[in-house]
Amino acid sequence: MTGDSERAESADVKPLAHEPAEAVRRGQEERLRKVWVTPSGWHYWSAVNNTIVGVWYTAAAFLFFLFGGVLALLMRVQLAVPENTFLSAETYNQVFTVHGSVMMFLFAIPVFESIAVIFLPQMLGARDLPFPRLSAFGFWCFILGGVFLSGSILFDAAPRGGWFMYPPLTSKYQPGTGADMWLLGFSFIEIAAIAAAVELIVGTLKCRPPGMRINLIPLYCWYVLVAAAMVLFAFPPLIAGSMLLELERAFDWPFFDAGRGGDPLLWQHLFWLFGHPEVYIIFLPSIAIIAMIIPTFAGRPIVGYTWIVLAAVGTGFISFGLWVHHMFTTGLPGISLGLFSAASEAVAIPTGVQIFCFLATLAAGRLVRSVPMLFTAGALAIFVLGGLTGVMVALATFDFQAHDTFFVVAHLHYVLIGGAVFPIVAGCYYFFPLINGKKLSDRLGKIAFWFMFVGFNIAFLPMHFTGLRGMPRRVFTYPEGLGFETLNMISTVGAFILGIGIAIVTWDIVRPKKRVPYAERNPWNAGTLEWLPNMPSENWGVRSIPEIDSRYPLWQQPNFVRDVDQGRFYLPDAEEGKRETLVTTAIDSRPVQCLRLPGPSFIPAVAALTMGGFFILGTFYLWIPALISLVVAIGVIWYWLWIGTAVLPEKEEKDVGLGLKLPLYLSGPASVGWWAMFIMMLAVLTAFVCLIFSYFFYWTIHDDFPPESATGPGVFWPCLAGGLLLASWGMTLLARRWNRANKTGAFYVALLLALGLALAGGAAILAGPWLTGLNPKSHVYPAIVWLLAIWTALHAAVGALMHAYCLASRLAGRMSARHDIDMWNVTLFWHFVALTAGITVAVIAGFPLVK
Amino acid sequence: MCPGARCRCDGRAGQMRRSALSIAEAERLTYRGQLATGIYRKRRSLRLVGRIGGAALAVGTWCGCDGIQSALEPAGREAEQLADLFWWMAAGTLVIWLAVLGLAVYSVRVDPERGKRRENLFIITFGAVVPTVVLTGLLAYGLAILPGQVALAPEGALKISVDGELWWWRVHYETPGGNSVQLANEVRMPVGQPVQFELRSSNVIHSFWIPSIGGKKDMIPGRINRLALTPTKTGTYRGICAEYCGTSHALMGFFAVVLEQDEFSAWLNRQMQDAPEPANELATRGRELFMANGCGACHAIRGTSATGAIGPDLTHVGSRLSIGAGTLPTTRNNLVKWIGRVHQVKPGVLMPHFGMLQEEDLQAIAAYLEGLK
Repeated sequence: MTGDSERAESADVKPLAHEPAEAVRRGQEERLRKVWVTPSGWHYWSAVNNTIVGVWYTAAAFLFFLFGGVLALLMRVQLAVPENTFLSAETYNQVFTVHGSVMMFLFAIPVFESIAVIFLPQMLGARDLPFPRLSAFGFWCFILGGVFLSGSILFDAAPRGGWFMYPPLTSKYQPGTGADMWLLGFSFIEIAAIAAAVELIVGTLKCRPPGMRINLIPLYCWYVLVAAAMVLFAFPPLIAGSMLLELERAFDWPFFDAGRGGDPLLWQHLFWLFGHPEVYIIFLPSIAIIAMIIPTFAGRPIVGYTWIVLAAVGTGFISFGLWVHHMFTTGLPGISLGLFSAASEAVAIPTGVQIFCFLATLAAGRLVRSVPMLFTAGALAIFVLGGLTGVMVALATFDFQAHDTFFVVAHLHYVLIGGAVFPIVAGCYYFFPLINGKKLSDRLGKIAFWFMFVGFNIAFLPMHFTGLRGMPRRVFTYPEGLGFETLNMISTVGAFILGIGIAIVTWDIVRPKKRVPYAERNPWNAGTLEWLPNMPSENWGVRSIPEIDSRYPLWQQPNFVRDVDQGRFYLPDAEEGKRETLVTTAIDSRPVQCLRLPGPSFIPAVAALTMGGFFILGTFYLWIPALISLVVAIGVIWYWLWIGTAVLPEKEEKDVGLGLKLPLYLSGPASVGWWAMFIMMLAVLTAFVCLIFSYFFYWTIHDDFPPESATGPGVFWPCLAGGLLLASWGMTLLARRWNRANKTGAFYVALLLALGLALAGGAAILAGPWLTGLNPKSHVYPAIVWLLAIWTALHAAVGALMHAYCLASRLAGRMSARHDIDMWNVTLFWHFVALTAGITVAVIAGFPLVK
Repeated sequence: MCPGARCRCDGRAGQMRRSALSIAEAERLTYRGQLATGIYRKRRSLRLVGRIGGAALAVGTWCGCDGIQSALEPAGREAEQLADLFWWMAAGTLVIWLAVLGLAVYSVRVDPERGKRRENLFIITFGAVVPTVVLTGLLAYGLAILPGQVALAPEGALKISVDGELWWWRVHYETPGGNSVQLANEVRMPVGQPVQFELRSSNVIHSFWIPSIGGKKDMIPGRINRLALTPTKTGTYRGICAEYCGTSHALMGFFAVVLEQDEFSAWLNRQMQDAPEPANELATRGRELFMANGCGACHAIRGTSATGAIGPDLTHVGSRLSIGAGTLPTTRNNLVKWIGRVHQVKPGVLMPHFGMLQEEDLQAIAAYLEGLK
């Protein structure tokens, strides 16, 4: 499929035929500017707009990248010569743990989300993402958790279990707060990352410009959609695993203790079920930048759009079936080794398809040389080699030698630096004019590139051989005479050259640019919507939200920029002084709603702070203050929802221009909030499924599960709990229906009943293990039963809280028969509670009977 | 031929010398001596290839022609297969990498009108068809050797169980004849015969790896992992823990010595005997001090009252190539250093240091231990 043939035939919506009068335009611009103004003074930090928060977010992630890089250089100094004493063993172990963790959790993942937060709305011609305050919340969580974790190394208190945190080393053999910090701190950051993923998914699916059907979405957004969806299913296994490990550390519940029925391998399964998709979560959004750069500099639409999308989606799926290749040396049966080797090789194919689509685009176009293209070329050269060594280690047999050696260190850096860092730097040079209206320096960019490219290869190419010569990873020293000296010294020199390159890029970004002239508009002559803004740009995003009928509207739609600029499309004005954007249907992008967006607020920061308090205080086992912080956080979030969401509009409909009237308030599946709840609950359900997986993992692998001596939880209490919770679910459904029917009395009664049943059900599910005397410290069986019961009870408790919120909402007149977003979303939540309760009861009450 | 062939030839002189090592010579060699031999051979091989040219030099330095811990200089059936696999894949990788870069350059240079023709064919051929064919072939090769890599040794093979400890190796020999003995931090094997390793851990996860002889396998609490290795060349090799296991993970090594069958039997017989009596007065006093300072609470020396099972068995500690799990060569000075300042030698070590003892007492204990051949 080429770029020219996909112009929609039915471009029946045309922009205004005539230019609006000058005075009218001035007035519109004045009002838009006022509505989207960035707060000044210390209120600046209350900003929630994507263009502000996204830049903070990216800058913070970049700072963590530099921090991780400094740690890497410390390691290289230590390893430059044998038996070096530059770092002590304890310090080195902290340094490599923090380096890996920071690069993965505080750079690679956040930077993908933060770049997407900046550019997604611009590429989609939206004024902002649907939940700006959620983005801000994610940012504040990230910065709080990140500073806390990184800072710990200055106090010699950092985690030192490796970024993979294998128990039992991390459960019983490393006292101190380091491991707790890792488990709780990163869980906190991951929850924020999931929130951001929800935002990006809903943004891509529901906030596109009219006419941008699913086959016209810019490739970047497709990649982000895939990666964000992967976050939903990849992070919960790690969160579930972290929960198990923290319970073992803090309360001695023996999930990974082989002496009490636990199993250290369960952690590895959960960790790599996260850890492998993670690689693609990093790689896909980075290669997405390349997918935007290449058409621009080839001067023609991408070749093989459909192939690329299918390949990206395929990669996403396959990546969840590869995790075992990180466990080839754990003694798994030969059949598993063979199957997972084959699956791991297979993932090379969609990657190959994407790369050759890019090459085909270059072949069909006339290349304009530039710094972004230079970094793209470097990325290709490095990444392909990393992919090829990946093919090597994907073979179980070869992995028996290569695993846990410097060969793997070399491989993963080729993949991640070639597949993520180089594309991101390319993106930095490419997108920078959109940030402050100025280009970065071509000269510095070229110098930086050669330092980075040469330094990288000098540092990492020898490591393949260091590893095969027998040097394991994660060693703070090595003896003389084994043939490691020269190779390590070369690597160290290379690492510093790479460091210089990155320092030059950093300088280019931060150097004062007062004298640098503003770039011309659309400086690279690109074809996609993010290049609409003037240099420097206005805060409002697009002047008017355009009707789209091509993949590269700036190239393919006549008079496009003029029409957008003159406000000839949708929403050219902010008559009511409110921030607004359009909501469209997910597949064919028909406009369905004019969404009111919230403005600047400190609430997200306060919510992040109080929520972070729970995790940070928990690190020090200060459970009482931690719980107080959590309760305050819940209060803050209640307040946030109460004043900022599902606000009743002053009128039902609004004229958005071009003769289109759209409702201001939609509830149920038509509303963005419902989608967000649904997507969020998929992630929560995935975490729950991981706990169930753990139960059956023990069940299948260990003969003493459940142990003979297990006394509970019995059948009665779990079944009673299941009945009560299902009844509460039913009452919730009725409450929603009666609310819609405006049967106010019935609504209150049903909701009160639902609330009571939820609390009773939650208590009953806990009564099972409690009354049958299951001691979670004695064996893994009672521990996992307790955990499933608590998980379900927590769902019931949150559900009850939501019931209370709806009661209060209707009483206060925030909700009515017609305006019932809250009730719909709570009902949706309760579908998941019912599912969770049903599965929990079947497992904890039913399966002991099967045995 | 793949470059590996030349590489292994380069190393052959060294191997022949090593295979000629008698057991007595092997034992005389200190740890440093072992490593120094490696350095000597490296320099020699560098001089050799240096004459051939700069490019060959690069290969000589990088491909691991020497090194007693190198997967690229195999001395076991399993390692040989994997080294061959690596060289084939490395050659293939180089070819494919150059081909992709070549296609990239072509894509940039080609006239757009020509480039537009057969776009889809280009993508499908190079993106999907070629990788599928190549990967299928590779998978067939790589998995064909899998059964041999994971198979158990035949019934009646020598059985060595190894327990990963913090941070050392507890080694237990069981001969087909039904004898068994506990040793530590060194593994010796007869050449040409499969050896069945049983790998366990009662603390954290470790990974048992002798790169020259075969691939690694993890030691996981609650499980027993089995690994069969067949050494094919006599010599002294070095093994190391490959799974990060805490503070002194880097200092968890051991020597693996491959001997001719009769040398091996003689060695094992000697290891099965009780500890020899101290040979002189100093050593006798050393034994008294060893017992008086409670060393026997953790260490066993068969034939004495020291029966501790927490630390490594020391019955024949003087016969081992290294102390502290491959950390220091077995010399008297090193034994003094170890006992007096163990916490500085091995960070985080569980053994308390005996720095409160007088220097001459430490010397005496060291003399006693050194004599435990």
